[in-house]
This record gives sequence, structure tokens and C-alpha cells, in this order.
Amino acid sequence: MAENYVSTTNACKMCTPMGAALVFKGIENAVPFLHGSQGCATYMRRYIISHYREPVDIASSALGEKSAVYGGGPNLKKGILNVMRKYDVSLVGVATTCLTETIGDDVGRYLNEFREEFSDLSLPELVHVSTPSYSGTHMEGWHAAVRSLADQVVKDKGRAHGGVNLLPGFLSPADYRFLKALGERACVRFTMLPDLSETMDGVIWDDYHSLPDGGTPVAEIRAMGGAAGTVEFGMSGGLPESAAGVLERKFGVPARRTAMPIGLRATDQFMDVLAEFASCDMPAKDAFDRGRLLDAMVDGHKYIFGKRAVVYGEEDFVVALCSFLGEIGVQPVLVATGAKSDRFKAAVTNALAEVCQTMPVIRDDADFKDIEDEAAELNPDLLVGHSKGYKLARAKNIPLIRVGFPIHDRFGGQRILHVGYEGALALYDRLVNAVLEKSQDECPVGYGYL
Amino acid sequence: MNQTILDERKSQVHRIGEEPFAMACNRPSLAGAVSQRACVFCGSRVVLYPIADALHLVHGPIGCATYTWDIRGAISSGPQLHRLSFSTDLQEMDVIFGGEKKLEASLRELIQLHSPKAAFVYSTCIVGLIGDDMEAVCRRVSADTGIPVLPVMSEGFKGNKREGYTAACKAMFRLVGTGDTAGISPMSVNILGDFNLAGETWIVREYFRKMGVEVVANVTGDGRVDDIRRCHGAALNLVQCSGATMELAKMMQEKYGTPFHRVSYLGVEDMAESLYKVADFFAGHDPSIKSRTVELVRAELSDLMPKLAELRTDLEGKKVAMYVGGSFKAFSLIKAFRHLGMRVVVVGSQTGTEEDYKELAEISDPGTIIVDDANPLELAQFIKEKDVDVFVGGVKERPIAYKLGVGFCDHNHERKIALEGFVGMYNFAREIHASVMSPVWRFMPRRSPARAACAAKEAVNG
Repeated sequence: MAENYVSTTNACKMCTPMGAALVFKGIENAVPFLHGSQGCATYMRRYIISHYREPVDIASSALGEKSAVYGGGPNLKKGILNVMRKYDVSLVGVATTCLTETIGDDVGRYLNEFREEFSDLSLPELVHVSTPSYSGTHMEGWHAAVRSLADQVVKDKGRAHGGVNLLPGFLSPADYRFLKALGERACVRFTMLPDLSETMDGVIWDDYHSLPDGGTPVAEIRAMGGAAGTVEFGMSGGLPESAAGVLERKFGVPARRTAMPIGLRATDQFMDVLAEFASCDMPAKDAFDRGRLLDAMVDGHKYIFGKRAVVYGEEDFVVALCSFLGEIGVQPVLVATGAKSDRFKAAVTNALAEVCQTMPVIRDDADFKDIEDEAAELNPDLLVGHSKGYKLARAKNIPLIRVGFPIHDRFGGQRILHVGYEGALALYDRLVNAVLEKSQDECPVGYGYL
Repeated sequence: MNQTILDERKSQVHRIGEEPFAMACNRPSLAGAVSQRACVFCGSRVVLYPIADALHLVHGPIGCATYTWDIRGAISSGPQLHRLSFSTDLQEMDVIFGGEKKLEASLRELIQLHSPKAAFVYSTCIVGLIGDDMEAVCRRVSADTGIPVLPVMSEGFKGNKREGYTAACKAMFRLVGTGDTAGISPMSVNILGDFNLAGETWIVREYFRKMGVEVVANVTGDGRVDDIRRCHGAALNLVQCSGATMELAKMMQEKYGTPFHRVSYLGVEDMAESLYKVADFFAGHDPSIKSRTVELVRAELSDLMPKLAELRTDLEGKKVAMYVGGSFKAFSLIKAFRHLGMRVVVVGSQTGTEEDYKELAEISDPGTIIVDDANPLELAQFIKEKDVDVFVGGVKERPIAYKLGVGFCDHNHERKIALEGFVGMYNFAREIHASVMSPVWRFMPRRSPARAACAAKEAVNG
């Protein structure tokens, strides 16, 4: 058991407003707005741009010393007006920071005042979310932002339209694209919230766009109360009430929760849920992909069986990855998340119960110092997680299979597919090849055939 | 509404020749304008970051540490402690009851674990609000551990990046003068305002070695605490990134009488001129230094110039926009681009002073746009307006250029290619050449409008 430190070394998490900013980047013509000091917006933009390589405009109320004393209301209002002047904005998503939470700014009230003061203008949807950086991780911020959208933008039940709300959590643009296409194949009309598929992995432009194309249209968010159901992936960051819960309570939209569909069993589960809403047969493509995944799992099982993996990252994502790694015979030996969570241990154990004989060391509230210390005696063969594990991978001379966010040291992180049978197969190929590459490189004579 | 340059920002944009020179600058960023600037903390963090054997502890919630972990390409020839990210990771209870206890415990355990030569403790927004007495904590821990523990007063909201530079200089100045200066050569300098990105400080140090000049301290690239403690023993301070380290030079001049020169190691003339300045300074002591320096520059140039000429044939007439952190880089780059036959048509910085911009206006061509504290939409507009071929900036500016199908050169602190010194000028020219000459630009929709229409249609239908 590694020692418990008071300080944090090489954090395995980001701050709360970061998650909210990412969610607002997935709304059509929306501008994320951080109510705080200018640095927060700029640091997060840089961090996000390094991964996605797309323009990421995040506005700030750019508070100075005076605002910290007298309140940030005037700067917030002025900032929103400036955003409206510069961008054809349909929604401004205001997230607080540690600064504005601590000085006690009441953003909801400021926004109401703003609506009254400027009632003569055609105003964008104004949404606010409380994201104190000293409470939770970027995933709490993410889920809180999705919930705020459901709570503040969806005003009534509206017309029953038969579509399905899909709240997928934090995945890659490739994943969001996959889920949308899957919905189309299965004749299910998804309102996916958020949708970063195009906003964060867009096309080249012939002229500069002040805001990227794509994202969940605000009109579709407004109509979420009339959906046939809400499908929510994961555990929703330990919030007392998730966005799906809000829609169920306020508008009677049934909430269905299922694991992030990474790997065979979780994808099967999701496909079953989807089938309940589908108005046509489940598509043949996915049946083929499932068969191909199983075929590959057989072809490659000897290469990967018994390999010992360290898995780290966001709670829901890590649980889903573990489920898949267990299925293919990889033994997770250490599973860690930066979030504080009472449910993490049970969720990982549950994901591995059927397929692994021994349970890994499971750590919540972990930083990379903890992960390194725990891993010291565990002899891992593989690291599975985002690029911040590189230091450990290098020290241990083991491959790092890069998944999730952020990927700052490789190209194309936004295009990694994790979900569905197709995503599982792509991950499987990368895992097996990483093992093969290492053994080939380390073999004294080298070899040309397996 | 779509107003690219907000009314309140108009005085921070100047078009040379179209109006008499006037530039507003050094003001707080405008709310909602999406400034490319960070904060006070950022200013302090980037300056002190490369001191490799110091502990750098960020006192605040986790974000400030996470977003600055291993962020600079500032490499060290020895210790790697600066590349770890330490934070007190303040939680709600700490904010309510104060973070001093957690700070003190964190400092003690980290100093015990890593045995640093000194510790810098950075305050963040929240610390400024809850009123932790960092000074007192640092003093206590320093007394017990026997190493300097230095508070850096870098609360994010208390100004802009420039105030962060000042806070960093003040923290370093507490180290200066505490070390033994015995044995330092009378022909000695400190290198201020160079961060050893991709090993650049080493290139410059090698030139000084050949000239017979001792470098006492790198401030801060590949920096060491003990060097900084004794750097008041050097005969001369060379200040490159003046925004970041000029204040330290001034404080040292006042207290220790150390003179300083402004220098730049970027480009051909500025690099050579910087070396000559140093040679002139020490010529009274050692007259032969001048001929050694002339010989050094001659050897480097006879190698470099033919190679530049070769690349220039492809680059002649191309147009450049640049947006940089501090404006010292802009002066050198304008000259460097002239060597490549290229014209700078847009130039801007995050933290330039009125003096800087005036000087920029003097050396730039008529029609050049000068901008202070710009933002993505303004930069995109300038790129289009001037139809530039290459944009020079950092990670945040890159997608603005790329989305328009315009080449890009990363001249920011993450870069992995050394761009200083004569060899750096060649690397720089090659990087610009690689970007300009890539065949990809000919396929960009802005260059082939007929295709663009199809692409747009497909995007809508797809």
C-alpha cells in the first residue's frame, strides 16, 4: 500500500469548469463563458486545442481586483454583450470558477437582470452552471453542465416526438459520430447532448467561421421533454440527480442508465436498450461487426492473455475500459481515477467479476504519484489511459495505449474510436499490436512471422 | 451583429501609415473578447518554471497545476524536478477554513521527498481571496528545512501576465546575493530571459565559451538555484525576454551595480550584434575578445548564409503574420524574415508596451497591422485581409491559421526545435520552408474556390 500524501503530484484530473466548457463546445453555435479571471479560459483553451487541433473560443469575464471586491456582475454582463456582438451565438454557457464561487457571485440572478436589462435585444439562451474548481473534477463539471442544460433549457414537456435523448458522457468526436450513425441505422432519432462530433473535429474552411459547424441544436435540447426516453451512459459523476433524472422528474421521460458501450458486453447491453426504442430491425452491420470482433478475439487471444494492465482516467471511462480488458483476457492490476468516488471500487469489481479471477488494486482520488507507487511492485505489461501516463510508461519501458482525453503527445486523439463493436475491435488491434511490437523489438534475433 | 473588432478594442489596433502612431496597451483584457492572454500566475509560472532543481508548488485548486504540468520545452542538463506538477489541490473545506495547514504539510513532505535546492510557492486566485499567510508559512518551513522557500505572489486576477513577471523577479531577487561569488571570472555574464527551449541556452553558452566569457547563471533556462544565488558576482546581465526579466536586471543594477544590455539570440543580425555587444563590454579587459568574436561570427555566417540563400529562392515574396507573447521576439523575427525575402504584414503581442509598439511601427513596412492583446476572430480577419502565407504563434493560434489553409510556425514555449543562435536561424528557415513548400496548401478550399463550393455542399448533406 502506497503512502498517503497531503500534496498532489502530477494530477490525474482536470478542474471542474473544464468539463463544463467542453460540454458547451458541443452545443450548436454556443460559446462557453468562464466567469472568473482571464487565465482560466486561456489555460483551458490551450489544453483543449492541443488535443483536438480545432479553434476553441472560450470567453471570460476577465475579472480584475476590483471585481473580486465588488462582485463580477458588471463584467459578466459586459462580457456576454461582447460575445453577442462578435458571434452569432445561440447559447452562452456560463460556468463559474473558484474565484467567483468564493466571492459568492449569484450568476443566476445576474443572468435574470441581464435578460431584463436587454429585453429589447434578441437574446441567446443563457445557461449557468456552478463549477467551483475546488470541488470535484472536470467530470463533475461535465455532468453538472449537462444537467443545467436539461434543467434550464428544457422548459416544458412539449410534443411527444418519439426521439431518444442520449447523454453519452465524455467521449471522442469519433465516438459521437459513431453513436449518431448507429442511431440512424437503428431508426432511432437521437438528441445527443452534447455532440462534439463536428465542433471538435471539423472540416477545413474556405472562410473563417466564428463558430464551428455542428453541435446539438438548441431547438432539439428544448424538445428533450417530449422524448420517448433518455439513455445515459455511466454513473454521472456522483451527482445527486443527473440530467436524465431531471428530465424524468420534471417531464416523465423514462431514464435508462447503461455502461459506456466499450467492449463486447457493454455494447451488447446498449444495443438491447437501443432495440427497445428502434422502429426497425437492428442493423446487419453491427451484427457483422460483433462477429468480426469475436473472430479477432479468438485470433489474438494467445498474444494478449494474462497481460497485466494499469488503467487510469475518468471514472466511467475507466470502468468501461476495464470491462473490455477483462473480456479479452487482460488482467487489470491497478485501476485508478483522479475523482473521489464511493462507487468506483464496486463498479470496477462488478465490471471484472465475470471475467477476471483476481481483482486489481482499485484507487480513487489518485494522482500519478500514487499510480507510480502502487504500480512499483505490480509488474505491469501495459498502460491504458490518456497521454499523461507517458512518464510512467517511459520509466517502466512498457507500451502506453493512448485512449480518452487528453492526448497531447500524439496525432489524431480526436479520431480514436472507443465505443461499439467497431471501436472495441480497433482498440483490440492496438492492444495486441503494442504487445507484439514490444516482444518483437526485444527479441534478440528479430522475426518476420508470428 | 458580428463585429470582429469591438469598439473598445479599436485603439489597440494600428495600421502603419494610415494614421499617426497611437496604441493603447497594457490594459486589462476586455470581458467577452476571448483574449489569448492568460493571467498573473501564468506570467510567474513560465518565468520560474525552468529552474530545474527547485520545487515548484502551486497553492490552489488543481487546474492551475494541471494546465502547467510539463508545459514548456525548457530542458535541463541535470535535475528534472521542474517537470513534475505539484499542487496543494485545495478542496472546499480548505477554502472555508484556510489552506495554510495543507500548504505547510505539503511543503514539508515534498521537500523531504525531493530534497530541492529551493522551493517556489505560487499563490493563485483563491489564495488571494481566503487570505492565507503564505509568507509566514514559507518562513517557518524555510527555517526548519534550511532551504529558501519563496512565496510568489501571483494571484491570477491581480493584473495580467506582466504582473506575474514582476512577482517572479521579486521571488528570484530574494535568492540573488545569498551565494558565494568567489572564483567568478571578471569576464562573466548572466543570461536573463532565455528559457533553454530545445536547448537554446546551450547554443548561446557555447558561443560565450568560445569568446572566453563565463556564464554564471542562466535565468532561467536550465537554471539552478545555486547559480542564481551567486549571480550578483557576474560582470554583466544580458537581458533577452525583457518583459520577463528586465525587472530583475534593474533590481540587480540598483543593489549590486550590475550593468545590463538588451540582447536577442534570434535571427542573424541580432545574434551577431548581441555577441559584439558582449565583446565590446569586455574589450577593455581583454582586447583579443573582439577578434575571437569576429572569427566566431564569420565562421558561423559562412556556413549559414549559403544555406539560407538556397531556401530563400522558394520563400521570396511570401507574407507573414505573427502573434507572440512578448514583443522582443517580434523585432528579431521581422529582421529574420527579411533575410528569407519574406514580409511581415501583421504583428501583435500579448504584453507589449507602448514603447515596444512604437519601435515595431518604426521598423515595419507601411500597411503593416500592429495589434495588442488580440483574439481569434481579429487574427483570422487580419490573416484574410493581408492574405498571409505563414502565421507565427503558439498552440492557441495554430488552428486559426490551419482552418484557413495557411502555414504555421510554432514559436512558442512548447516547441521542440531550437530557433536561437545561427544554427537556430537555419532551423527556423527550414521550418518556414517546410511549411511554405508543402503541397497541401494547393488543395485548400480558399485556394480553389470551385472545389470549396462542392466541399461545403457535401458537408451540409453529409
